[in-house]
Amino acid sequence: MPNTISSASTPLAIHINQLSYKYHKADKTSFYIPNWQVKQGEQVFLHGESGSGKTTLLNLLAGVLTSQSGDINLLEQAFSTLSSKKRDKFRAQNIGVVFQQFNLIPYLSVLKNIQLASYFAKTGNTKIEQEANALLLALKLPTTILQKAANTLSVGQQQRVAIARALINKPKLLLVDEPTSALDAASRDAFIALLIDLCKQHSITLVFVSHDMHLQQFFKLSVDVTSLLKEEFNKC
Amino acid sequence: MLVSLAWSSLASRRKSVILTFLSLLISISVLLSVEHIRQQAKESFNRTISDVDMIVGAPSGQLNLLLYSVFRMGSPTSNINYKSYETLKSSSLVKWAIPISLGDSHRSFRVMGTNNSYFEHFKYGTKQPLTFNSGQPFNTLFEAVIGADVAKKLSYKIGDSVVIAHGIGNTSFTHHENTPFIIKGILSPTGTPVDKTIHVSLNAIEAIHLSPAKQAELLNNVDSVNTTPESITAVMLGLKSKFSTFKLQRDINNYKADRLMAVLPGVAMTELWQMMATVENLLRVIGILVLVSSLFGLSTMLLASMAQRKNEIAVLRVLGAGPSAIFSLVLVEALILVILASAAATTLLSLTIWLLGDWLGATYGLFLNANMLNVETLKVITVITVAAIITSAIPAYEAYKNALHSSLGAKS
Repeated sequence: MPNTISSASTPLAIHINQLSYKYHKADKTSFYIPNWQVKQGEQVFLHGESGSGKTTLLNLLAGVLTSQSGDINLLEQAFSTLSSKKRDKFRAQNIGVVFQQFNLIPYLSVLKNIQLASYFAKTGNTKIEQEANALLLALKLPTTILQKAANTLSVGQQQRVAIARALINKPKLLLVDEPTSALDAASRDAFIALLIDLCKQHSITLVFVSHDMHLQQFFKLSVDVTSLLKEEFNKC
Repeated sequence: MLVSLAWSSLASRRKSVILTFLSLLISISVLLSVEHIRQQAKESFNRTISDVDMIVGAPSGQLNLLLYSVFRMGSPTSNINYKSYETLKSSSLVKWAIPISLGDSHRSFRVMGTNNSYFEHFKYGTKQPLTFNSGQPFNTLFEAVIGADVAKKLSYKIGDSVVIAHGIGNTSFTHHENTPFIIKGILSPTGTPVDKTIHVSLNAIEAIHLSPAKQAELLNNVDSVNTTPESITAVMLGLKSKFSTFKLQRDINNYKADRLMAVLPGVAMTELWQMMATVENLLRVIGILVLVSSLFGLSTMLLASMAQRKNEIAVLRVLGAGPSAIFSLVLVEALILVILASAAATTLLSLTIWLLGDWLGATYGLFLNANMLNVETLKVITVITVAAIITSAIPAYEAYKNALHSSLGAKS
């Protein structure tokens, strides 16, 4: 088990304890994770079949869904027990999120999209434009893209802009949900290599969710969601 | 940032937003114009007469007397004796008296017989006296003083001669061809019916109603015929003390030698407005209904956009926008629309009134101020804004709920 191996000296990025979540109040069975830990700076590949609860876990980690019992600590701070307002703020400041698609507000320019992330995080960053430029360069995007409306970009470009936006507030935790499903194989591989590279550079903890086992090769750590969840049956 | 986000969001849904904007623009214009015209009409009516304490005429209704003597509307039912005027004038309670004699017209402008006390004592607006733009009061029998509108419409100048017809209307058959009047003075604009009146002396009114033979005689020698009037239409009175108003009114109403009626302009004016109140309220109700319907349109538009904005809201949520930020975003969108529509409506109306002002004044006697920026307009716009906030709370709440239940990577 990963939790037994982890040494106490390395701070944890994610620490889930006795977490249970019901999709509907009337449900008898629930989504239950007894224990899961991810160390800071690790890049984890989280895989599982469709419907296995990957996205639910991600929603819980992002604090969009709230658990009925148990708790989640992020970056060694209580997260699931925060008020919804504080949770929103914590997310804005510490967590970057990239979805499968629809990551950007289509009618806003790329720059505006990126600025929005900083606005809600209330970081008061005045050098967004330069930092966005640097990020776009690192993501191998032309900087002229900044002024273009998000919906005029290709899907691959949009996904890379989404990463730039997720990283603008210098988050310590990056959650990505099947970001490559709309990309072809070549751009998919390039995308993941870039993403992992950036995370290593900035020592960002990455949780990469996908059902595509081909992507496992890019990660040192790989976790099957069902292995986290399997004790649910023991418990019930 | 929220405002710029809301603005971009509106811009991305241009078509439905523009239609909603137009519907708001129309309804706000209707409401504002009803309010403005109501205000201005009242003001315009109230300023027609000032400092006149009493109007005395033949017994009829007080409204009737007010309408024909002050507004030149309708016709007097009967006249009063000239001697009554002289009696009133010499009364110890009366400071001044203006006799007026109506019933003739010149190219659809009313002709009013009076004397020079009219130019001296008649006041309008806030006790403003009549002033001459050019010329002077009439001195001799066939001289006339015309209002500003008459001069403007008929392009009359000092020294022009006019022919006055008996009766009211443009095509009177009995033109008093033989008795042309020379224009002696032109009054400054007042924004009251005075502008549309031709003033001549009481004797002149008498003279144009003489038989042709007598008129010929009169034209030869002004003093050969007695033109002292026997009757006049009404008398306007100014009193020495306001406290004697009711005593004098009672005395006049009980006067034995002639059948007289005295009305107080203020009281009659109030009665006039009470009559108008029904129409006024009706217009208001219609205006409000139109506004409510377009506010519902605004709410519907925003509500309909919610389905297509699920992803957008999910993105905002993930960026750290709380449900309350999403709620305010929708509210701000509604407010932008309403405020823009209000500003556009105000501008549109000001422009319209400015362009149509002359025509409204000439045709309906409505003198509107083109400046819409007054307290009343602001009050109406505030009410509209509050109503818009209330109606757009429905779609905003929907967005709030969406935000609460939205999860990462909404896929629809």
